Amino acid sequence: MSVVEIRELPLKLLHEKAGARFGAFAGWNMPITYPLGVLKEHVQTRTKAGLFDISHMQLFEMKGANVDAAVASCCPIDPSLIEINESKYTFLLNENAGIIDDLIVTRYAADRFIIVSNASRASVDETHFQAAANANGCTLKALERVFLAIQGPSAFAAAVATGLNVDGMTFMHGRELEGDIIVTRSGYTGEDGFEIAVPLEAGMALAEKLLAHDDVEWIALAARDSLRLEAGLCLYGNDLDETTTPVEASLIWAIPKSIRENGTFFGAEAFRKALKNGASRKRVGLKPEGRMPVRNGTPVTDAEGNTVGIITSGGFGPSVNHPVAMGYINKAALEAKNELFATVRDTKIPLVISPLPFTPHTYVKG
Amino acid sequence: MSKTYFTEDHEWIRVEGTVATVGITQFAQEQLGDLVFVDLPKVGKVLTKGGASVVVESVKAASDVYAPVDGEITEVNGTLAGDPAIVNGSPEADGWLWKMNLANPAQLEGLMDEAAYLKMVG
Repeated sequence: MSVVEIRELPLKLLHEKAGARFGAFAGWNMPITYPLGVLKEHVQTRTKAGLFDISHMQLFEMKGANVDAAVASCCPIDPSLIEINESKYTFLLNENAGIIDDLIVTRYAADRFIIVSNASRASVDETHFQAAANANGCTLKALERVFLAIQGPSAFAAAVATGLNVDGMTFMHGRELEGDIIVTRSGYTGEDGFEIAVPLEAGMALAEKLLAHDDVEWIALAARDSLRLEAGLCLYGNDLDETTTPVEASLIWAIPKSIRENGTFFGAEAFRKALKNGASRKRVGLKPEGRMPVRNGTPVTDAEGNTVGIITSGGFGPSVNHPVAMGYINKAALEAKNELFATVRDTKIPLVISPLPFTPHTYVKG
Repeated sequence: MSKTYFTEDHEWIRVEGTVATVGITQFAQEQLGDLVFVDLPKVGKVLTKGGASVVVESVKAASDVYAPVDGEITEVNGTLAGDPAIVNGSPEADGWLWKMNLANPAQLEGLMDEAAYLKMVG
């Protein structure tokens, strides 16, 4: 038996002061809700702005003359297409093209990338990145940072009021600022906003400055989950795992055409096979009829009661004001356009396949 | 003249004669957060003390509400279907969940009064 160490956020005291209720997530003691409550926190983010402590997520810096080769060897992207200050959503795949993690990579120089890993996968990812770095004469450094996300219609104004120079930035672009600050115009709520990484000693001041803006409140993990689900974004561990390929996950848009055909990333052979054969199941958005939420893990059946899929994320969407879900449905059931159902406590609830996202993204694109 | 009892699972039961009204406490609604759905039972459902009777759902989770005593459901609070937030706003009055008759009134003796309950939740 291994002893699981629960890690504490650098800004824990600030969250305690804000009245957060904590719970364990991915090995971290995380705020789950603040006194506002998940429903109002969700709406706050969609209508004004929410401040999220995402310091549990791990930033890595990969550096070296051959950094492009290192990145190309582990992720299905084409580094030559990524300009300085440009971010991309990508993956680490295993030899079966199963998703080890989903990532954001940003190039900050010809020889330097910053990679953001999910907390639950950081140590697994590090092994893969380290191997890729070693094989290409690069260095890999895990960065210790306070990492905050400011999300929502007032995020830009709040960032500007804080003194961050974010003028002219567009979605999925990064910028390095004085004081060893990295800011990207990105997030995981479907809203416009920024993710800001600062040295540990600067974290508290940044959080307090952002909170000083009238439109900003702390938002915790429970609302982060309902926000990302409405935005149609995957949660690693729920919607993605090592047995799921990007083809099944409906995420091949993240893989450039040239890389699909000729990429030499780890798992490329299995990926091309999966792409050629087509997925036996696909991730889709599902809208449960009525008001009752359908939670993750609930089987999806056809009218005859045969299991044809599973819900991987499900809950209530406060902004759309109805239950929302995502899940994997067998190809045959999708092609036959079968009626779909989920049974919750003896109630058979019809599910309607819905385009994702449930709430429109409000990204500021270039 | 009514009397209200409380359970360790944060339900209240207000007894008037042989009919009782059941709901969740202020403490419970604070813990659950804003409700988005109340899965109301059917009138006539026979409840057993400690058995799950109603499910209340917040954005993030579904939680069971247990029957404080044995009995049969005689009425449910239908207004909650359209507006589950009433439970948050008025858990111990307008946000009641169901009414039931009492199969075994002696079971009430094992429940807490308000003072004891408030002491328990601190």
